[in-house]
Amino acid sequence: MRVMAQMAMVMNLDKCIGCHTCSVTCKQAWTNRTGMEYVWFNNVETRPGLGYPRTYEDQDEWQGGWVRKPNGRLDLRAGGRWKKLFTIFSNPKLPSIEDYYEPWTYDYETLLNSPQTDTFPVARPKSLISGKNMNVEWSANWDDDLGGSLEHAARDVMFKGIEDKVKLEFEETFMFYLPRICEHCLNPSCAASCPSGAIYKREEDGIVLVDQDRCRGWRMCVSGCPYKKVYFNHKTGKAEKCTFCYPRIEVGIPTVCSETCVGRLRYIGLMLYDADAVLEAAAVEDEHALYEAQRKVFLDPRDPEVERAALAAGIEADWIEAAKKSPVLRLITDYKVALPLHPEYRTMPMVWYIPPLSPVVDVVKETGVDAEDRSNLFAAIDTLRIPVEYLANLFTAGDVEPVTGVLKKLAAMRSYMRDINLGRETDPSIPAAVGMTEEEMYEMFRLLAIAKYADRYVIPPAHAEQAHALEELATDCSVDFDAAGSYYDQALLGEGAGYPTPVAVENFRMLQDRQTADTVASPDDKSSRVNLLNWDGKGTPEGLFPPREDGGER
Amino acid sequence: MTVFLWVIVPYLCLAVFAVGHVWRYRYDKFGWTTRSSQLYEDRLLRLGSPLFHFGMLGVVGGHVIGLLIPRSWTEAVGIDDHLYHYAAVGGGLVAGFMALVGMVILIYRRRTVGPVFSATTVMDKVMYAFLAAAIVLGMWNTIAGSIFSLGGEYNYREGVSVWYRSFLAFQPDAELMAEAPIGFKLHALVAFGLFALWPFTRLVHVFSAPIGYLTRPYIVYRSRDSRPGQPGSTPTRRGWDRVG
Repeated sequence: MRVMAQMAMVMNLDKCIGCHTCSVTCKQAWTNRTGMEYVWFNNVETRPGLGYPRTYEDQDEWQGGWVRKPNGRLDLRAGGRWKKLFTIFSNPKLPSIEDYYEPWTYDYETLLNSPQTDTFPVARPKSLISGKNMNVEWSANWDDDLGGSLEHAARDVMFKGIEDKVKLEFEETFMFYLPRICEHCLNPSCAASCPSGAIYKREEDGIVLVDQDRCRGWRMCVSGCPYKKVYFNHKTGKAEKCTFCYPRIEVGIPTVCSETCVGRLRYIGLMLYDADAVLEAAAVEDEHALYEAQRKVFLDPRDPEVERAALAAGIEADWIEAAKKSPVLRLITDYKVALPLHPEYRTMPMVWYIPPLSPVVDVVKETGVDAEDRSNLFAAIDTLRIPVEYLANLFTAGDVEPVTGVLKKLAAMRSYMRDINLGRETDPSIPAAVGMTEEEMYEMFRLLAIAKYADRYVIPPAHAEQAHALEELATDCSVDFDAAGSYYDQALLGEGAGYPTPVAVENFRMLQDRQTADTVASPDDKSSRVNLLNWDGKGTPEGLFPPREDGGER
Repeated sequence: MTVFLWVIVPYLCLAVFAVGHVWRYRYDKFGWTTRSSQLYEDRLLRLGSPLFHFGMLGVVGGHVIGLLIPRSWTEAVGIDDHLYHYAAVGGGLVAGFMALVGMVILIYRRRTVGPVFSATTVMDKVMYAFLAAAIVLGMWNTIAGSIFSLGGEYNYREGVSVWYRSFLAFQPDAELMAEAPIGFKLHALVAFGLFALWPFTRLVHVFSAPIGYLTRPYIVYRSRDSRPGQPGSTPTRRGWDRVG
């Protein structure tokens, strides 16, 4: 047994209102740079829908993740090491920019500088790739709220096996939101696909990161990830991915997407697992058994034997304590209401989901019967095959058993808590019907419905004695870093050349500039872009608008 | 002049090549990439890139054989001049043609596909000029020199190759190059120019050919602490060294 710690997340889909706040704040924090215009480390998809990039779940097409070979061993679906090297000159399975979407901006200057005319001036969309006028035809959430679903939703890959039953008439459809970040898998196929060995899993917290100094831009990780959550920065020529906001996690605060989540539906905590058991569990023959297999890989930190082994493996005591209090552990192991996204990719994903009961509740409500009643809901879960089978395709490789189990627990919780809210005598037979005690059910309700910040995010900070190596504290003397990529480097070697600047140093410099400048905030080395967050509204900073062609003043 | 062209210039270029790579690796690891443009355009790249790269692998292999292996060695294993000539010209033509066609496709793509063209740096353009010149001159030498024997019979294995080996041994015999046909001279000079440019262009990606991928375990684990101390990043400061 080799105990390792993994920072994991659970999202409660019933509470997601699809507001995209997580996506927007993540984009502001991490991907508001040139070369990353089309990238969303966090995106929210409406399901049924095509997702982002389009139909990424179709692994027959994209060849992501692992596949179990007849001899029982795992190999990359896109082919092993030799095939990767042989096809390295032109990645055969790289999504094109159209599969994501062509990023654009609007030509606002025509609005501002338009002379008086009879007709309104129009800001035309301009491609951020080619700079030319373009027609906006797709985006990261084009089919938001089932928009255009008559045309698109039928191509949703997750309808496989239930195509004949699915009707996409408006009255009969169902809908929920699926926020997605990198899964920080236990068996990451992106890391396995990287020829340079630049993608690594951190020993301390299991966060999967790209070493930007080692990445050589072969793009195999983009193809290797079945969730398509590694992206290619087309300006720097390097891969980038969700970092689980590691500079924040290291100091004990949650990721930006979790922090800003309006529905408070995200939970972050540690999971201890047996690293030696991962490969065997990922290679289980029956796809339906993968969910159970992954749960067996997890270790219970409340078990004294596990605790001893964890200490022996060098996991600090406060981390073990945090693992015991982990909300993720409770949702995955104790209540068994969280399920992994696409276990059939065999990457052992570590961002899990509580499937939504709302599609079922909505249908029951529309029939006019009591949608809080346990027996009504249970009957509906058993008869409403389409939403349930759809959820099963997402979370359990098509096995409806665990999904109905979870939905029944959520339904039972609804009706059990209604009695309490109405001041009636509680009905112990309700929790018993789903194999729980009254106390457990109440605790689960508290965690799912009213848990406070400190209960939702149990994040032990990284250890202070290692602080010099932490990004956000950056006590390695921040003035050691030269300004990243001077103008001359970039002209000579391309954008992004030179040392990368640590996140903390860059923020520090921007704030310092702003505090000490007696003119408008205007970073002198970044003439090609303006961070509007640092713009205080005074005047027009350099680079806010492109220079006039005749060289005149604006 | 002979000494300048065939001793001073080559050694200067070689020095720039070597020192330049060390400098680039230490100073600009982040910029060390293939700078792929596949995201912008896929169809032409899928055709041109493998053609060019596999062609170039053949070309490089041919040069290694032609320049580094002395004539006496191949004769010792029973390959006579005639046989060698056929193999060299045949292999060279196939590889060179692949590289040339691939390069034409890639340059056409780079010029005509808007996003790819706007992602092209000045250094890229200079490098393409040298690379194209080197390939075209090399093909000229093979076709005109070896097949049609324009400008007289010339066996580079008695001239250029011997000079090249003497050059690598740091005992350059410049006279050997002075006697070579103009095509070979130009080809060699352009190639040395390319070597001098090499560390400052995207060509550095040649040296990150991921051979280690074949032997390393699939999943890489790394400790948070292992970051400092590697070349290219800030070294660990005194007093912060790991204990134990």
